[in-house]
Amino acid sequence: MAIPQATASASGPKGASKPKRHRPRHWHLWKDKHYRWVPDGDCGWRVQSYVVRHKHKPPRRHHRGPGPRPADRCAPNAAAGPAPLLDPDPRPPGTYQGPFGPAQATRLLQRAGFGALPGQAEQLASLGLLGAVRSLTRPSGSATLHGPAPVDDDGNPIAPADAWGHDHLWFLDRMVRSDQPLVERMALVLHDWFATSNANVSKQQQMIDQSNLFRSACFGSFLDLFEAVTVDPAMLQWLNGAENTKQAPNENYAREMMELFSLGADRGAYSEDDIREQARALTGWRYDWSNELGAHNFRFDPKRHDTSVKTVFDIAGNWSWQDACRLCVENPLHPSFFVEKLWSYFIPQPPSSSTGDGLISTYRGSGWAIRPVLEAILTSPDLYQGPPMVKPPVVQLAGMLRSLGRGIDTYAWAWLCDEAGQMLFWPPNVSGWDDTRWLDTSRLRARWNIVNYAIDEISVDAWNGTYSATETAEEALARAMGAWGSPSLRDEHRAELLDLARRSEKLATASWQQGPYRAMRQNALLQLIGISPDLILQ
Amino acid sequence: MHNCCNNYTRSQLLRSAAAEAGRGLPAIEAGMPEPAGTGLSRRTFLSWSAGLALAVYGASKIPLAAFEEGIAQAAQTDKILVSVFFDGGIDALSVLAPTGDPRYAQLRPNLALAADAGTEFSEDPRLRWHPSAAGLATLHGEGKVSAFPAIGYDHPDQSHFTSRHYYEIGELDVGSHTGWLGRYLDDVGNDDNPLQGLSMDGSLSPMIATANRPVAAIDSVDGYDLWSHVSQPISDEMYKSFARFGSLPSDSPGMAQVRRATAQTDKLRTDLGGIGDFTSPISYPQTGFSHKLAGLAAFIDAGLPMRVVTISASGGYDTHADEAEDLSRGLRDTCEGVLAFQRDLEARGLDDRVMVELWSEFGRRPEENASLGTDHGAAGCAFVVGSKAKGEMVGEFPGLAQLDQNDNVRVTSDFRAMYCSLLEQWLEHDAASIIPGASSFARPTLVKP
Repeated sequence: MAIPQATASASGPKGASKPKRHRPRHWHLWKDKHYRWVPDGDCGWRVQSYVVRHKHKPPRRHHRGPGPRPADRCAPNAAAGPAPLLDPDPRPPGTYQGPFGPAQATRLLQRAGFGALPGQAEQLASLGLLGAVRSLTRPSGSATLHGPAPVDDDGNPIAPADAWGHDHLWFLDRMVRSDQPLVERMALVLHDWFATSNANVSKQQQMIDQSNLFRSACFGSFLDLFEAVTVDPAMLQWLNGAENTKQAPNENYAREMMELFSLGADRGAYSEDDIREQARALTGWRYDWSNELGAHNFRFDPKRHDTSVKTVFDIAGNWSWQDACRLCVENPLHPSFFVEKLWSYFIPQPPSSSTGDGLISTYRGSGWAIRPVLEAILTSPDLYQGPPMVKPPVVQLAGMLRSLGRGIDTYAWAWLCDEAGQMLFWPPNVSGWDDTRWLDTSRLRARWNIVNYAIDEISVDAWNGTYSATETAEEALARAMGAWGSPSLRDEHRAELLDLARRSEKLATASWQQGPYRAMRQNALLQLIGISPDLILQ
Repeated sequence: MHNCCNNYTRSQLLRSAAAEAGRGLPAIEAGMPEPAGTGLSRRTFLSWSAGLALAVYGASKIPLAAFEEGIAQAAQTDKILVSVFFDGGIDALSVLAPTGDPRYAQLRPNLALAADAGTEFSEDPRLRWHPSAAGLATLHGEGKVSAFPAIGYDHPDQSHFTSRHYYEIGELDVGSHTGWLGRYLDDVGNDDNPLQGLSMDGSLSPMIATANRPVAAIDSVDGYDLWSHVSQPISDEMYKSFARFGSLPSDSPGMAQVRRATAQTDKLRTDLGGIGDFTSPISYPQTGFSHKLAGLAAFIDAGLPMRVVTISASGGYDTHADEAEDLSRGLRDTCEGVLAFQRDLEARGLDDRVMVELWSEFGRRPEENASLGTDHGAAGCAFVVGSKAKGEMVGEFPGLAQLDQNDNVRVTSDFRAMYCSLLEQWLEHDAASIIPGASSFARPTLVKP
């Protein structure tokens, strides 16, 4: 027995029906015109007007934009011609030896960032493989954010520490605008590695502080990072590190620090006894609570610390929380765990045993530094010649917004990413997001709807009588591809889209159909490029 | 959020329990039971006849096609019980404020309602309906609400998880793994209709966890569609190309994964497109909770074969801090939603088939804490709502002059007695096979003859 169907909504001329749009329901909307900066097709910006649908009646003199002109969106030296060649060929043995052109640079920017801006792949390719990778792994100074600052649907600045979902927007914005994309990508990797959630952290600001810790420590010593995470306020709340006292040890962090953060389960790296002993080594952290500040004043309290001898991995000593971290990192099974986990974020198939051994010796030789391993992974042949992998939802969205030249201007990205399975700062549990489950019918539907929302502003109104009635199929596809920043599509997908363009054209038989059908064809092409396997994969 | 309970979800607590297995379950919730239904197999099922994407639990050997048949053919005239759960602990001191009890204002110097707030509860002049519970007050005035002002059980457990578990399984046993309504479905349900037990919160409610019958959960009452800026006939071509993306050959596991999901998404769109829409004869408040109830009323009207339905109330009720504001909002949204649902059923002529039960795992401590909130207590409150509800209070409000040994409100009715009456008087099923020790509970009259 079917649920009664809704009657068809507004119809176009001659009965061609317009589909119903599903959106959050706002009964009253106040529309007015705002102004914003949009890409000018080159490196700069131009002012564009657009209609804002306010959910609450806005004050008469509210900010309508466009605000100060943002910095140019191309890298500053892009216009200054090719950078000097830094590639000290021959590349070291074991690194990728094939050509390094825009296609390879694009893949590098997809895996180690959030995709290329116009011209960026060519510029990166000109640096050579090693130069390109080092430009990502060795950024100088602090990051610059290019493009318009993030705003909510009413045009107000976002409030990442206070408003629900705005922390998600804050991180997403950095992915879209930062000129140090690998720092942001590593912040995402480490957010998954040390997965902490707002679900058990009293303030969003503490999650943001942890995220910034990842940014500052993502290329340095893993031991330094591990120690900092261990006593990070968000982590101390999330895994009960501050409820771990000598009178009542709490083993939550002790277990996860080995199982998920440094050694891995079921590898014989540690025993249940080691967990109990590590928990005792970690005792002593505490915080104060107030309803106003939440958890605050995090500190080590020697009175709560268990000072007796603990035996971890058969080594006895009066271990401290720093020792607990060091002992994990010094465990012989840590380097293999570390390199394989880091590898898995960038390359879908595991490294060969010889590649793995090379990474392990690089890691050991550097004194547990992250950057050398990262550089080895990003110059590995497997990255350039191996199969593609599915982008996490926020990576796909950030890449789309970069391609479209669109900044963060709606809260919808928070709940749409939630539907797609990745609300930042709300990982499903302490083991992070499951990379094997990014795609099912509800999550792919959410990605489809994300694409639809992303192209909202550039979609064409089919019924206002202005769209070209003579545009050819080739012109239509070229226009849609241009709007997406000319991503590279597989031949069979491009052929399908061209076929769609031609099929649609044949359907326009009456003269009144010529323009509107072509406009809808443009919207269909925009949608399908965004949801094509090429944009879902990296 | 709260320094007492840290706002744990159950799965998080299970994780931390596992993390501390070396020394038993965590002290914060000692002996915490595993939720009923844990470990039941789960399959996603796309029901054309229901117009919904269903997550089906249990009965893993039955082919999905049989469910389609079963839903289409199941009887559609059964009585329906809808359970609304106030998650976190709510009681009469909040909903039916004892402003006429002299100790009330002493125990709650900051949180007490004013003596003239809300409306008087006609069955006990000491009590007043919280202003946010006006929806229930209205229905009570029409004789459609049976109130339990102090419900619970002997030796109340103040753990959310343990107490909730007892309510969910209908007995005081931490080891039981089927819900009380699940056992009812095991008795009267069939093997090919997962809609007979429906959770509307996206995952299975332990209350309807069965031993061997399939039950279902839904995320959304809005069906399944893809947004688009394209209409027919061009949209047909667009979806044709989308489907082609899903059927082209793959040369890597990643590509195969995308193609598979694309093909499934297009199939689901074809099967379910446009079916999930519904209209309501009355207007509902604009909350997610009300929207789900509006959908539920439409499902019932459309003949979907449900027997028991579970849904969480709007808001959270573990009000350790800032109780006044948090509670008012959630309670208002919930009570307005229930009122609108009742009006909808009345307008559709379905109100004789549906009974709503509102419950919570326990009540709050009568004495407020230093954070303008209240901690875990004992007696909670419950309400049975419907045109067929008897409309008479069950058990009295015991007053605050004498509290139990933990300074909590004393219990004057047992939740298992309520369950026995609902089973026998509403669902017309012998409670003895469902509720252990059923014969020891006197049955309050909950249903009009």
